Amino acid sequence: MSESLKSGIEQFKDNIFGLKDSLTKSYLRAGKPTSDMSRAALMVNNFFLHIQGAKTHINTLRPAYTLGMGLIAFYLFIITCVSGALVMIFYNPSIEHAYSTVKDINYVVFAGRLMRNVHKWSGEGMIVFVLLHMARVLYTNSYKRGREFNWLIGIVLLVLTFVLNLTGYMLPWDQLSYWALVIVSNIIQSPKELTDILGLTKFVDIGGIQKEFFLAGTVPGAATLNRVYFLHIMLLPIIITTFIGVHFWRIRKDGGLTVPDNFNSSCNVDCGNLVVLPKKTGGIFTTNKTYGLMTMSKGVTPAVDRDVENTVLSWPNLAIAEAAVFVLCLAAVIVYSIFVDAPLKEAANALIPENPAKAPWYFLGLQEMVSYSAFMGSIVIPMLSVLGLALIPYLDRDQSDVGIWFSGSAGKKVAIKTLIVGSVCLIGMLAFVVNFGWFRNWWPSIAQIWIILINPANLWLLFVCAWSIWIIKSTGSTRMGAIALFTMFLVSYLILTYVGTELRGPNWEFFWSKAQWPIH
Amino acid sequence: MSSTGEKTEIGRRDFLGVSAIVAGAIAMLSVVAGALRLTKSNVYYEQSQKFKIGRPENFPAGTKVKLDEKKVFIFSENSGLYAISSICTHLGCIVSQTDSGFLCPCHGSRYDGIGNVVGGPAPRALPWLEISLHEDGNLVVDASKEVKSGTMFLI
Repeated sequence: MSESLKSGIEQFKDNIFGLKDSLTKSYLRAGKPTSDMSRAALMVNNFFLHIQGAKTHINTLRPAYTLGMGLIAFYLFIITCVSGALVMIFYNPSIEHAYSTVKDINYVVFAGRLMRNVHKWSGEGMIVFVLLHMARVLYTNSYKRGREFNWLIGIVLLVLTFVLNLTGYMLPWDQLSYWALVIVSNIIQSPKELTDILGLTKFVDIGGIQKEFFLAGTVPGAATLNRVYFLHIMLLPIIITTFIGVHFWRIRKDGGLTVPDNFNSSCNVDCGNLVVLPKKTGGIFTTNKTYGLMTMSKGVTPAVDRDVENTVLSWPNLAIAEAAVFVLCLAAVIVYSIFVDAPLKEAANALIPENPAKAPWYFLGLQEMVSYSAFMGSIVIPMLSVLGLALIPYLDRDQSDVGIWFSGSAGKKVAIKTLIVGSVCLIGMLAFVVNFGWFRNWWPSIAQIWIILINPANLWLLFVCAWSIWIIKSTGSTRMGAIALFTMFLVSYLILTYVGTELRGPNWEFFWSKAQWPIH
Repeated sequence: MSSTGEKTEIGRRDFLGVSAIVAGAIAMLSVVAGALRLTKSNVYYEQSQKFKIGRPENFPAGTKVKLDEKKVFIFSENSGLYAISSICTHLGCIVSQTDSGFLCPCHGSRYDGIGNVVGGPAPRALPWLEISLHEDGNLVVDASKEVKSGTMFLI
C-alpha cells in the first residue's frame, strides 16, 4: 500500500520534472528537429508550416530570385491586422466620436500614435510590396506551367489591398475621409454619365443605385461610416484572408516557386553556400546504405551526395530565412512609424472641400485620369487595366524560359525600350494636356460623349495596347508582349502618380513645386 | 435503360434533377436578392432637399448669395430669381465663385456665370434648381428638382 503510494508520488515528481520534454514532444510529435527525419516531420506536422513543403528548392531560397516581396507583403498584412486590432480598441465608428477617438489614439493613448502609424504604413506598404511582388513574378516569367490561376488570385489580392486602404482612410472622419466618401460615391455613380447620354437613366439609374448602396443614403453620414467600418474591419479582411490562403495553397499545388530549366549549372556557383545541406548520416540515411537499380532514366549519374532535385530541408533553411525577413520587416515598419506620422486632417466639414482635395499618393494617378473624365478615368480604364493584367498568363502561353529574369537579355532590352518610350510619350502627352487643355477648353459646348470616347487616358490606353502588340509582332514572342504591357503599366502608374502627387496644386492646376502654390 | 443514340426526350429522373437544380438556383437567388435589398433602408435620416430661403424682399435685384448649408447659390436680377447648385457635376465637390463663374477645387472643373461648363472634366452644367413661393410668403428651393438653365422665377 505505502509502496504503491510512494511510487505514485515518485511518478508524479518525474512527470513534473519531465514537463519540458513531454510538452515539447506532444507539440512536435516527432521530437526535436535533430535529424533530417524529425526536421521534415516538424514542417509536415505543424498546422501553420505544413502549407509549405518539407523540402524547398535551393532556387526558392535565393534572395536575388524572389527578393522576398510576396513574403514581405504577407508580413505587412499580419502587422496591419495586429496593429489594426489595437487601434480598434479605442476607435469609435460614429460621426460624433470617430475624429475625437482618433485624436485620442494619437495624443492620449500610450503608444497609440505609434500603433496608428504602424497600421497606416504597413497597410500602404502592402500596396508597394504587392506591386513589387507582382513585378517579380512577371519579370521572372513565373505565371506559367499551372500558375496561371494563381496569378488571377494575385490580381484579386491587389484589388483588395487597394480597397482596404481606401476604406481605411475613410474612417477617421477628417476632411480626407469625408471628401473621399463624396468623391468615391460619385465615382461609383459615374456610369450615370453614360446612361444619361443613352437616355437610360430614367429607366434604370445604375449609378444612382450603386451610390445609395455604398453610402446607405444620398450623402455621406452616420450610416455610411457604419457601412465602411464594417467593410474595413470585417468583410474585406475575411475575404482577403481567404484569398491569401488560397494563394499560398495554390503555390504548393502548382509545384512551388518557378525554377529555371537549366538550374543545376547555375546553382552550384551562387547558392551552394547559402543553405545547410542535409546530413546524410542519420535517420533514414545510414552510412552503409546500399543502392539498387530501380529504373532506367534520363540524365547523368544519380546524386547520392545531396538531396533530390536540388532541394534542401525547409527546416531550418526556409524557416530561418522567413523568420529573419519578419523581424526585419517589423523593425522597418516600427522605425519608419517612429519618424513619420500618419496624416490626420481637420475634422470633416461638409461645406468646404480642401483645395486641392487629394487622395493618398497611391490613388493620385487615378485622380489625374479622373480629371479628364470621371467615368473613363475611374471606372473603365482601371477595369480594363486590371482585366489586361489578369489575362497576361492566358494571352502569353509561351512556356519557355520560365524562372529566368526577363526571360534573358531580349526581355531586358524590351523592358528598357518600353521604359524609355513609355516615359517619353506619356510625359509628352501630359505636357500637351497641361499646356493646351482638352476638348472642353477648345469647344465648351461639345457633347460629353466625345470626351468620354476621346480623352488623354483613353488615348494612352490605346497607345499601350498598340505598343504591346507591335512588340509581339516585331519580336515574334508573346512573352515580350507581356513584358512590354506590364512595363507600360508600371511606367503609367509611376508617372501619373508623380504628376498627381507633386505637380498638381489648388484647383488641380499644374505647378512645378508646392512652393509655387498660391497663398489664400 | 434508354437506347443509345437516337433518344432525345428527357427521362423522368433527368427532368426531376434539372427541375430541382433550377428551383434551388431560383430560391438561392431570391435569398441573395432579399439580402441585397436589405442594405437599402426605407428611410434616410437626411436633410430635406426642399428648403425655405426667406422672403422675396430679401433678394433685391443684384443679390448674389451662397447658402453654404444648402449648397446652392441664389442670384437675383431684374428679370427674376434663380438658384444654381454649388455641387460640382463631376464628382460632387463644392464649387467656389470666381470673377468669371465657378471653379471646382477637386479636379479643376470650370463653369461660366450661369453654370455652363467651360473647362475641366465636369460632364454637364451646374443644375438650376426649382424655386417656388410657399403660401406663407417664403421662397422655397427644391434641390431635387432641376429646371432648364435660364428659367427665372418672377416675383
